Amino acid sequence: MSSTDIVGPQALPELQAKVERIIAEARRQGATASEVSVSVEQGLSTSVRQREVETVEFNRDEGFGITLYLGQRKGSASTSASGDAAIQETVAAALAIARHASEDEAAGLADAALMARELPELDLYHPWAITPERAIELALDCEAHAFDTDTRIRNADGTSVSTHQGCRVYGNSHGFVGGYASTRHSLSCVMIAEADGQMQRDYWYDVNRQGELLGAPAYIGRRAAERAVSRLGARPVPTCEVPVLFAAELATGLFSHFLAAVSGGNLYRKSSFLEGALGERLFPEWLTLDERPHIPRAMASASFDGDGLATYAKPFVANGELVSYVLGTYSGRKLGMPSTANAGGVHNLFVSHGEEDQKALLKRMGRGLLVTELMGQGLNLVTGDYSRGAGGYWVENGEIQFPVQEVTIAGNLRDMFRQIVAVGSDLELRSNIRTGSVLIEKMTVAGS
Amino acid sequence: MTTMLHRVSEHLLSPGGLSLDALPALLGELAGPGIDAADLYFHDQISESWVLEDGIVKDGSFNLDQGVGVRALSGEKTGFAYSNAITAAALGAAARAARSIARAGQEGRVQAFSSPDVPRLYALDNPLDVLDRAQKVELLKRIDVATRALDPRIKQVTVSLAGVWERILVAALDGSLGADIRPLVRFNVSVIVEQNGRRERGSHGGGGRTDYRFFLDSVGLEDRATGYAREALRQALVNLEAIPAPAGTLPVVLGSGWSGVLLHEAVGHGLEGDFNRKGSSAYSGRMGERVASSLCTIVDDGTLADRRGSLSIDDEGTPTHCTTLIENGVLKGYMQDKLNARLMGVAPTGNGRRESYAHLPMPRMTNTYMLAGESDPEEIIRSVKKGIYCASLGGGQVDITSGKFVFSTSEAYLIEDGKLGAPVKGATLIGNGPEVMNKVSMVGNDLALDSGVGTCGKDGQSVPVGVGQPTLKIDGITVGGTGA
Repeated sequence: MSSTDIVGPQALPELQAKVERIIAEARRQGATASEVSVSVEQGLSTSVRQREVETVEFNRDEGFGITLYLGQRKGSASTSASGDAAIQETVAAALAIARHASEDEAAGLADAALMARELPELDLYHPWAITPERAIELALDCEAHAFDTDTRIRNADGTSVSTHQGCRVYGNSHGFVGGYASTRHSLSCVMIAEADGQMQRDYWYDVNRQGELLGAPAYIGRRAAERAVSRLGARPVPTCEVPVLFAAELATGLFSHFLAAVSGGNLYRKSSFLEGALGERLFPEWLTLDERPHIPRAMASASFDGDGLATYAKPFVANGELVSYVLGTYSGRKLGMPSTANAGGVHNLFVSHGEEDQKALLKRMGRGLLVTELMGQGLNLVTGDYSRGAGGYWVENGEIQFPVQEVTIAGNLRDMFRQIVAVGSDLELRSNIRTGSVLIEKMTVAGS
Repeated sequence: MTTMLHRVSEHLLSPGGLSLDALPALLGELAGPGIDAADLYFHDQISESWVLEDGIVKDGSFNLDQGVGVRALSGEKTGFAYSNAITAAALGAAARAARSIARAGQEGRVQAFSSPDVPRLYALDNPLDVLDRAQKVELLKRIDVATRALDPRIKQVTVSLAGVWERILVAALDGSLGADIRPLVRFNVSVIVEQNGRRERGSHGGGGRTDYRFFLDSVGLEDRATGYAREALRQALVNLEAIPAPAGTLPVVLGSGWSGVLLHEAVGHGLEGDFNRKGSSAYSGRMGERVASSLCTIVDDGTLADRRGSLSIDDEGTPTHCTTLIENGVLKGYMQDKLNARLMGVAPTGNGRRESYAHLPMPRMTNTYMLAGESDPEEIIRSVKKGIYCASLGGGQVDITSGKFVFSTSEAYLIEDGKLGAPVKGATLIGNGPEVMNKVSMVGNDLALDSGVGTCGKDGQSVPVGVGQPTLKIDGITVGGTGA
């Protein structure tokens, strides 16, 4: 693949024209309204293991999807095929579905008056001019540092460097069309430590819009190795009820469960334990959760949502109180509320935090469990009941004593949210959700 | 040439001006110094889904995806590229990218093609076409009405119908040439019930490599789809009465069928060839050793007719097998794709699977289950003084290196003095694969396979799988509840 056909902003006019062609075809075939998303993506992934190249993968994906309406009836279709015939057939397939779907009074595009007018430039496109050979060198360097960290690192489970660039354009029959080019680069390292007949695996990674800003290979390799080694000798603890500190990289999960529970789809389906909770104090008074969708270069920034509405900064939780649900046009109509421009999700969620880092939070916790690994999907969103496999470290007098594995942690999310004691200053910067470590007053730890 | 090969190649190759005769030359572009193996994987997939909620069929979707994956292997190295276009020009570009990993060495040669003669495990026809759109919509509406009529406590019903039709053609430097046409259908009913301000969900479904008529077949007095609705409601009502599950290490009895998720996580993944070649599995280097109680015999069987996890040939063209993984507690075999089989010096077992042309094949499970034992399931429950009976499970996960695995219950009960007691809320159970399998102390005579709903994820790739087991007892495993 030559650099001349690299996917970038220069592809946007062509994709925009394609969106317009598909919308015109939908109109020609009889659709009363339609919305279309077209994308093209290209990338390279390389992985090494045990000082040897393992894979070199090139990807290039194209495709489009259309949702169209016949009055209040709706049908969708998508394809990776290209050409006019594919457009005609895909529109026809969506139309055939719409003809058989039921009338749905909530169906349809967002109001034309609500379409985003100004699309701020978010600076999401930073191609990384890296050859496969150079990507392999970086990965080998990262793994070498991991092996050098500790003699108990005896095996590896893959170190990879990947770079992706893509373009996406959304448009609808109101005449809205918006698009952007973006990039995503990552370096990840998985190492295996071995001692006394026990093997433990752990990882570290970084991801960034700009390849040059990725964490240094030496740092990522060393961190992966240190994490794997520190788990050697892990064992269960007896069943108990103690405070639990979620490391920042896992604490993101707690807030993503919260977002799911206040998202319109789960609310109108009566599938959330937070149905009807608008206005309730769910978190401690000092806690705020706000969305900031326009941060330049951030991983989840977007100027418009999945319905073409302009995204905007706002709190979901202020002073501990739920002040807004997470709504798109459809779920908003089902609930009799305006969209919050979150069709397709939340763009950069910030969790308010204090001054203490993870070490200080361990001191504050005194005796309890620091969780650095979660396993399984043990969450019932209808009731908020939470029960997951966990691993981490046992803490006494604010100090780590020994690694823990094969335990579960359980509680109810409603209680867990209320019982957040502190959020640390050790922010997880790689995720859509920016939080520090989260200390929860009390959970049931089940073990030996 | 088999009719299957003819039919699939006409469909996948002809539109782009290619034919089977052109494949040796295309593979020749991949062959060269240092290339040990290479293959071309042509694939197309049409899929649809229909969803009913709030009593109306809100949306349906249709997808067509097609392309070709090009892979070259040199020692342990793999080069891979793919294209949505199935043309000579696109294949040439992908081949040049894929073979960039080659080291210096022997010149590879394209072997003469030979196609395995395999029994056909599923029908050739498009499973999406057996009902027309009006009939599909009618089916969803009928099941919605029937479900709501079952109980006034039902507040929400979601019914979904989905079908996939895949055609694949794989041609490899080693001479394998295979084609397959694969149907897959799925039906699901989910309900929300409410009583005294408390809400719960129940969900059930099934499917397989068959067509939509499967859901209309009579099972007892009603069709299969109505049976799913009844079962979803039953589970939801049980959970309305559930008390907190206990926390701690307890004896656990797992019901037959879908509870085989236990084996998929505790044993299956750890016996995939790639992890064992790399020495990263808790089962690495333990061939011939005792890794489970002597009551356990576990197989992976891709050859069962119409099952969700079955394949006539895998995605590398190897016919599937029934592979004995563990026999009377002793480790007997790993599941292999071509790459790992070659590097470990054994034969591939027909477990080389990939999500699509855009993904690399890996060793994956098909239908994984434990053979029946001798105990009466009732007697197994009677043998437990205080423990948990898990009638149905949700999903699971495993860390193959440490052997730790989890699964969560979706319908479970206390066992007190050998009798089933109150239902308990969903909880995660955690254990270590080899340790837990050694604690299997009773195995029932009631082997059952799941209803056809399993999807397995590995390295970001999803493939349909089956699981199964008889009722079995584990003497002690950690139960993650909040109660005493």
